[in-house]
Amino acid sequence: MAKYVGQRVKRTEDPRLITGLGHYVDDIKLPDTLYVAFLRSMYAHAKIKSIDVSEASHAPGVVAVYTGADIGSKVGPVPCAGALPGLKVPDYRVLATDHVVFAGQPVAAVVATDRYAARDAIDLIMVDYEELPAVVDVEQAAKGGPLVYEEYGDNIAYRLTSGEGDIEAALKASDKVIKQKIVHQRLIPIAMEPRGVLARYYPGEQELTIWSSTQIPHLLRTQLAIMLGVPENKVRVIAPEVGGGFGSKLNVYAEEALVGWISMQHGKPAKWIETRRENMQATIHGRGQIGYIEIGCKNDGTITGLRYNVFADMGAYLQLLTPAIPTLTGLMLSGCYKIAAIQMNVTAVFTNKMSTDAYRGAGRPEATQVIERAMDLVAAELGKDVVEVRRKNFPASTEFPFKTATGLFYDSGNYELALDKALGMADYKSMREAQKKARDQGRLVGIGVSTYVEICAIGPSQATPAGGWESATVRIEPTGKVTILTGASPHGQGQETSFAQLAADELGVDLNDVTVIHGDTSIVQYGIGTFGSRGTAVGGTAVFNAIQKLKEKATQLAAHLLGVEAAAVSFKEGRFSVEAAMAATVANSGGSKSEPRTSISIQEVALAAHVAHKIPPGFEPGLSATNFFEPSNFTFPFGTHIVQVEIDKETGEIQFQRYVAVDDCGKVLNPMLVDGQVHGGIVQSIGQALYEEAVYDEQGQLLTGTLMDYALPKATMIPWLELDRTETPSPVNPMGVKGIGEAGTIGATPAIVNAVVDALSPLGVRHLDMPMKPENIWRIINKVN
Amino acid sequence: MIPAQFDYLAPKTLDEAIALLAQHADDAKILAGGHSLIPAMKLRLAMPQILIDIGRIQNLSYINEDGGQIRIGAMTTHYQLESSTTLKQICPLLPETAAQIGDVQVRNKGTIGGSLAHSDPAADWPAAIIALRAELVATSTKGDRVIKCDDFFVDLLTTALEPGEILREIRIALPSGRTGQAYMKVAQPASGFAVAGVAVTITRDQQGRCQSAGVGVTGVASKAYRAVGVENALIGGPLDAQSISKAASTVTDGIAINGDLYASEQYRHHLAQVYARRAIEAAAQRAQ
Amino acid sequence: MKKAVSITVNGTTHHSEIEPRLLLVHYLRDVLGLTGTHVGCETSICGACTVMIDGQSTKSCTMFAIQADGSSVTTIEGLAANGALHPVQEGFWERHGLQCGYCTPGMIMSGAQLLERNPNPSVEEIRHGLEGNLCRCTGYQHIVEAVQHAAGKS
Repeated sequence: MAKYVGQRVKRTEDPRLITGLGHYVDDIKLPDTLYVAFLRSMYAHAKIKSIDVSEASHAPGVVAVYTGADIGSKVGPVPCAGALPGLKVPDYRVLATDHVVFAGQPVAAVVATDRYAARDAIDLIMVDYEELPAVVDVEQAAKGGPLVYEEYGDNIAYRLTSGEGDIEAALKASDKVIKQKIVHQRLIPIAMEPRGVLARYYPGEQELTIWSSTQIPHLLRTQLAIMLGVPENKVRVIAPEVGGGFGSKLNVYAEEALVGWISMQHGKPAKWIETRRENMQATIHGRGQIGYIEIGCKNDGTITGLRYNVFADMGAYLQLLTPAIPTLTGLMLSGCYKIAAIQMNVTAVFTNKMSTDAYRGAGRPEATQVIERAMDLVAAELGKDVVEVRRKNFPASTEFPFKTATGLFYDSGNYELALDKALGMADYKSMREAQKKARDQGRLVGIGVSTYVEICAIGPSQATPAGGWESATVRIEPTGKVTILTGASPHGQGQETSFAQLAADELGVDLNDVTVIHGDTSIVQYGIGTFGSRGTAVGGTAVFNAIQKLKEKATQLAAHLLGVEAAAVSFKEGRFSVEAAMAATVANSGGSKSEPRTSISIQEVALAAHVAHKIPPGFEPGLSATNFFEPSNFTFPFGTHIVQVEIDKETGEIQFQRYVAVDDCGKVLNPMLVDGQVHGGIVQSIGQALYEEAVYDEQGQLLTGTLMDYALPKATMIPWLELDRTETPSPVNPMGVKGIGEAGTIGATPAIVNAVVDALSPLGVRHLDMPMKPENIWRIINKVN
Repeated sequence: MIPAQFDYLAPKTLDEAIALLAQHADDAKILAGGHSLIPAMKLRLAMPQILIDIGRIQNLSYINEDGGQIRIGAMTTHYQLESSTTLKQICPLLPETAAQIGDVQVRNKGTIGGSLAHSDPAADWPAAIIALRAELVATSTKGDRVIKCDDFFVDLLTTALEPGEILREIRIALPSGRTGQAYMKVAQPASGFAVAGVAVTITRDQQGRCQSAGVGVTGVASKAYRAVGVENALIGGPLDAQSISKAASTVTDGIAINGDLYASEQYRHHLAQVYARRAIEAAAQRAQ
Repeated sequence: MKKAVSITVNGTTHHSEIEPRLLLVHYLRDVLGLTGTHVGCETSICGACTVMIDGQSTKSCTMFAIQADGSSVTTIEGLAANGALHPVQEGFWERHGLQCGYCTPGMIMSGAQLLERNPNPSVEEIRHGLEGNLCRCTGYQHIVEAVQHAAGKS
């Protein structure tokens, strides 16, 4: 058994974080820093007739006030990486000029000597707006409605049809076709650390350093170089400690470029720290789809076809991946079932709201919600058990790689194994019996099942906007310490530990002798970043591959130092040894006064590689190896979640009674970290299922704009989560790992919704939209309109 | 996040405080625990020019029982009330209510006086204060003025405190006889404030019938109120399931009910009835 | 108009001239450079800014620094005594009670407050004690286990 890999190793990140000594952006203090605050549009849609900054400019401590007119074309537009046929990409300027299209859009920036003065001056800027009608409802926007951009003539960002198979024929040949409207409400990601940017421009060196709370330091560097017109090799982006992301920091934001530009104007460091209200208004939102499901089935429960017509809410602007998110929904509509024909028709629309983009799961929770709700609809229609219908449509474990009608090849899977394990843990049969008894007493008890699969380890470069690979450099320093430079950018996932575990085992060194460096573009070779549950499967594989290269090189030198051919050297637990038979030959060869060595430690080899006194011809000094790993496919983690709830008949309040989850993310480097990811994912799902929703009024004002209004799950709202795993290795990478960052969020929501629908099924309920607020349930129970 | 500028005054005595308040009545706000005022100031929904911090005045934080009366200093924190072993014995409604306010940190700093003087329509204390028929003692340069709780809550964020007055003490008649109390609420999941909260105190007579009842309701309307109809329906009744349910059904009679994103007027009306019934049942059950 | 205050933080008394509106959390972070205390919301909900003031856990974003004049404040940087981690800190490390770490200092403070008042809490009591702290990463379960660990009940 490996010493570290597969073990519950405590995190090496933690000592600094539990003592308050980590450094998030706002913890970095530079002398003479200027503070930036933004005036944001109070209207969702308006013309700016004039802006008067004179009073603000003269306020105490204020150094400058900038408006869109001052910026002009000096800073390039906020980028969108989506490249879909017919996509309309609005010109997204870092400060609005004459037109604002969502409440919270930056209109002016105050630069002051401290954050209090900057905030005070915001109130002194006078903007004369002419309010325009706003379009908020997605379907109304698609039909026409007020236009976000007059010049487009409609609110359609793009339309797209995807999927394979003859859907018309498939539905026609079905015994039953079930239709259901489904709403995936807008969510606000709310990483606990809001965004923040610190920029420092050195006019002499012409170097711009940006500390940003980001998941993608390298991609951000490239985009900031383009936006600011600074050579990319003069821009350094550092993602210091990052307090959560969940996709909301997988982006390039106006403020990141603008704070950099301000630092360049003044030759001083400039800092902006987002307030929570700004975060809720002007950091990307997630989900935001309204769809129409048509699912066909045979009377025996075989699924014949699935059509999903969806209106996707883009918001007013396209951020980095905004238009790409619905395409991920399309990819995963097959769920873990054999469905011969699938079609998705997307109508992506502009609205006067903040952009949607990647929020934990990014398009896949929507797909899973669609197919897992649809499976329950089929079961209800046919009067079959929800487990039976699912099992009937699973591909067998021998059918992998499994081709879907959405154009994917699922790498590996054993859906029945995970299902059966979860059923066993839950004691599903007894659960159903107890439910029957409870129902006989008039209680509303429900059991929900979700068997999910998701697409992650994003991904092959062909399938991503800008590189789906990841990079790693592994080197052993002269003193034998191991340094890993990863292009991944972990922000809570724990890869400083899991990558160190990997290296410690592979190189036979102590865990504490390994340091993992990430997030600094001047130190780390180009990388892609952490999102799409890719950190370990893609980033970790790059580390693994680099280690293998490093070991090859070290073996060459070790062999030279031991006086044998490389093939005669074996490596185990940190030592290179001459094979036993060969050792005897060396010993008998005579001529040497001292006893010939038969083994050498990797630390000694590292020192020898750097001192370079005794290296073989052609051997490059130093001991370092780099790998850029390009995956051949995505990976497809899967699992089964089973939830039991009881509804208070009088009030509609939902109580969790059990939560059982069996997840399969392939091989596991650190089970403790995997559990943590699953816990967090499930709880964000509980948030979506029961509490969270970004609500805008008809004028486009965000009504849930503080944490007093937007409910996140608290410790008291969560059931005990009973977890287990199955382990089906992925063939896509040598470690067999898949990814687990988003699986919980993807698998859990439908299980929770299915449980609540099941509880209400005696009342004829077949579907509920989220968040399942007590009032809505109370209305159903009491038939109140 | 950042409040507007203000001047800060920190009197050491109550007399000093009321003198300062008299001097600055129009521009000044009293700062007690700060857990209602400071959040509003950070959002710049409140921008007082002067804050008079009464946190440094000695002897405004106490729980005394004396002559059949409980007296609570205005600066007594929610946590002090929650954890008071005396109150758990003699007036458990107070600790029970305190324990449901906000969270631990809020209870550590927030004060009963600050909460009452703020008169948030969804705060928890007003319901209990009304159920207990408390009297509130305001003081000013003119001396003390005793305000009955029924007169204290005037409207949304508005109390009967006059300019220049500081709430300094809450007085509650010591519950006696076969008395049971309860506070039950539906908490808004984000803020923790009451969507509907009902505080009840019930005293049974020798036959076990309802001798007296106090029912305070919060979260439902623009201010906390006494459900007089419920009280009247209970008094003299047997406190059985049917009579309790019937009484509770009148809890919003004559009240303009709030509606918001979490609970419409209709649903809030329903919740108030359910929680009134549950709180009365609990109180009746405890009144043994 | 600045005012003079003296505030003892982690055992050291600091004499400072501050604006009355300066929030305690900004005093700790920007004046004293103790950046372990974080800001996560502006509405006294998230608890990332929780510190101990005279032994009571307090949201330092909902208090003016001037109110702490004469008080003794303990921040996350001062919780470990003589280099030994506080049991709650240890619990968080042992039980993977943190991921991104942003809510962690506040969570640890709340855990410490809870155990001071109730050394032997149930799971429900632990959850109740952490109600004033939001975490978006962990789903709270490992945090509950961390507090249990600290209580010696693991």
